[in-house]
Amino acid sequence: MTPRRTIDVSRLPTYAFGHHALTWWATWSMILMEGTMLVILLISYFFLRTAVPEWPPAHTLPPNLFWGTLNTAIILASVFPNQLAKKAAESLDVKGVRLWMIVTLLFGVAFAVVRIFEFKNLNCHWQQNAYGSIVWFNMGFHTAHVLTDMVDTVVLIVLMFVGPIEGPRFVDVSENSIYWNFVVVIWLLIYSVIYLAPRFL
Amino acid sequence: MTPETATKTDDALHRELEKTWGDKPGIWGSLTSVNHKTIGKRFIVTAFCFFVFAGILAVLMRIQLARPENHFIGADLYNQIFTMHGTTMMFLFAVPIMEAIAVFLVPLIVGTRSIAFPRLNAFGYWIFLFGGIMIFVAFILNVGPDAGWFAYVPLAGPQYAPGKRVDFWAQLITFTEVSALVVATELITTIFKLRAPGMSLNRIPVYVWSILVMAFMVFFAMPTIALASTSLILDRLVSTHFFNPAEGGDPILWQHLFWFFGHPEVYIIFIPATGFVSAIIPTFVRRPIFGYTALVLSLISTAFIGFGLWVHHMFAAGLPKMGQSFFTAATLMIVIPSGVQIFCWIATIWSGRPIFKTPFLFSLGFFFVFIMGGLTGVMLASWPLDLQLHDTYFVVAHFHYVLIGGAVFPLFGALHYWFPKFTGHMLSESLGKVTFWLMFIGFNLAFFPMHILGLIGMPRRVYTFQAMNGWAGLNLLATIGGVVLTLGVLVFIINFFINRKRGELAAENPWGASTLEWATSSPPPSYNFLHIPTVAGRDTLWVQPEDQPVVVGIRSDVRQVLITKMLDAEPEHIDQFPEPTIWPLLAALSATGLFIGSIFNPWAVVWGSIPVTVSLIAWFWPKGRKAEERPPKEVQQNLGEQKLNAQEEAA
Repeated sequence: MTPRRTIDVSRLPTYAFGHHALTWWATWSMILMEGTMLVILLISYFFLRTAVPEWPPAHTLPPNLFWGTLNTAIILASVFPNQLAKKAAESLDVKGVRLWMIVTLLFGVAFAVVRIFEFKNLNCHWQQNAYGSIVWFNMGFHTAHVLTDMVDTVVLIVLMFVGPIEGPRFVDVSENSIYWNFVVVIWLLIYSVIYLAPRFL
Repeated sequence: MTPETATKTDDALHRELEKTWGDKPGIWGSLTSVNHKTIGKRFIVTAFCFFVFAGILAVLMRIQLARPENHFIGADLYNQIFTMHGTTMMFLFAVPIMEAIAVFLVPLIVGTRSIAFPRLNAFGYWIFLFGGIMIFVAFILNVGPDAGWFAYVPLAGPQYAPGKRVDFWAQLITFTEVSALVVATELITTIFKLRAPGMSLNRIPVYVWSILVMAFMVFFAMPTIALASTSLILDRLVSTHFFNPAEGGDPILWQHLFWFFGHPEVYIIFIPATGFVSAIIPTFVRRPIFGYTALVLSLISTAFIGFGLWVHHMFAAGLPKMGQSFFTAATLMIVIPSGVQIFCWIATIWSGRPIFKTPFLFSLGFFFVFIMGGLTGVMLASWPLDLQLHDTYFVVAHFHYVLIGGAVFPLFGALHYWFPKFTGHMLSESLGKVTFWLMFIGFNLAFFPMHILGLIGMPRRVYTFQAMNGWAGLNLLATIGGVVLTLGVLVFIINFFINRKRGELAAENPWGASTLEWATSSPPPSYNFLHIPTVAGRDTLWVQPEDQPVVVGIRSDVRQVLITKMLDAEPEHIDQFPEPTIWPLLAALSATGLFIGSIFNPWAVVWGSIPVTVSLIAWFWPKGRKAEERPPKEVQQNLGEQKLNAQEEAA
């Protein structure tokens, strides 16, 4: 038997960042499906709005601006440490990753705490009417995303301290940052709809 | 592969790969398996069992309707039965089995060792299984859903459907949607990143295109139903008012949300089925498929248009006429890509030399039945006519022609076609032909009369009718047809059990087909291919030169997989895939606890999330991975410098 012609791939790297990585595809799959869900949720909001003469319904104030706006500022600020964590991961800088992930996490914690006050100042309840239901659904949807990404971040931080520190972990950190950015973007949409649209639209 | 393994004999390599990729022995091994073929086979068998259960329910309904004023089944049970039949067929059979077959086949067809995210794949199977068990246990305990498979509010709302029946329906949706979404993620990633070198995107078989399109449709359709069923269960359990018109809610919102999912769902089922046909026809007429590009573009445009049709399910809901006319036009438009596909297949057959084996017969049966269903679809697309026929047996006839013709016939073709690859044995050809003719004749006997029944006014979902309606004869005929159809399925099951272990041994490529899954043994070894193949063109095995190179340098002592570029499939990097583990099963179990618990107490969502989180973290924890450690600098250099072009090498 003649020896087979071969392509030797043994020198290829064992991980890669960005759209080369499989986890990138999983992250964006998640973003696609969750994003679709959000779009449909916001469409439902406006669909229900067209069905009633007043929005918010009579004797109901829109959610208080203060806490929501404060939280918008916090989550926008978190983009910076988040990007720095992503950059540190992509240059395989363990210390930078540790530092900036922790800072991002602290922003997340602050956001979650302010979220409690947001819930208290929504000026509606889900059992009151469809307006209250859809406002709470939007807020719940976003809070669930914040919490899951924070758990993810905690796990990665712990791994970055206890090891083993491998290439794929840095890819995970990079993907986690992309997902946090998604959580930020969907908040901007939800904030505009829940807080601003009843006032200005 | 370490350098010395380059000189290993094939036999030694086989042993080492088997040790690396094989499932662990015993029951523990089957619970922890992450092999896409183990999971895929399990998935197919489970979904087929649900097909049989839902089929039995259909037979029960046909017995009830065989004669007027029959007392075989009461109204309440009948409601549960038709709801369970539709729900099971759509959510536990049709979509899952299409995904299940893809889970088994796609990694083989694209020439890789595993599906992407194998643990997620195991999770997707378990969560599907548990959801199915839940709904059938509920049904047996007389809390089966009874508001129809599309659970229209207010009938399905808290006011008119008290009790837990519809809650189980809404949670079943959560189970199947999670399963469908994770499997779609795996399939897209596998198709885009795990293809064998040289299999550029314009060389992947049409079947793989169909799976890719289906997976993207799942991404955009499933979240909508997730949102809808969550809103419904919130209305029912914590008194929200999404669909309650008394408090500003709107039942029409449910219809929009449901059908924005529900219509694409039909194409999620139909598109992979067309993929089966596109795989079977070239093999049995001995020539490449006609109009590859046209077929692929048809699939993609079908998917796009498929999202713009949902309102044609709501023509009776009193929407603005302008809107209805728009959706009539959109619905008529989808005939174009379907027509293009059919003409491409006809052209392929016309210019080939057909061999009338069972899989090919099922493809021909598909043409006949599906085109009939398409014709009534064109009729129903016109909203004035739809208003007349809405909720009659004409609609029942139409969608069974579309779904059984468009999906079940190709599916049976596919099961006969890939059976040797699944099991290593051949099915009996004569029993296969008996199956086909029984199913074909039985199907038309059962469903053709329903067109007429609908036209003369028989509404769907009635548990009985009176003799003076004049519907008795046609209903009896339909019941006889249903029995014949059932016999056909029974012959298939007998054929399966006879030949599963004792059938004639299958060679690598018993049909002389052109795709890569036929380039490895039947059934394939745990690692799929001894050497990752390279691809020189479309219809790979037909155009491949004798000395087509293979890939070496992938380690065989750890689960290494070659990752290639999305468009050109040039080797890009090597990833290491996870070992078998119990955690996906435990994660699925704890998620099941959360979903079922939430039906009885909303706080279950909070407490239930703790075991779910714990099991997901344990699953993710990188324990015992034998990753190849490389200095970061070298890695970066490699990323920049390494450029291997398999295509050039092959040329």
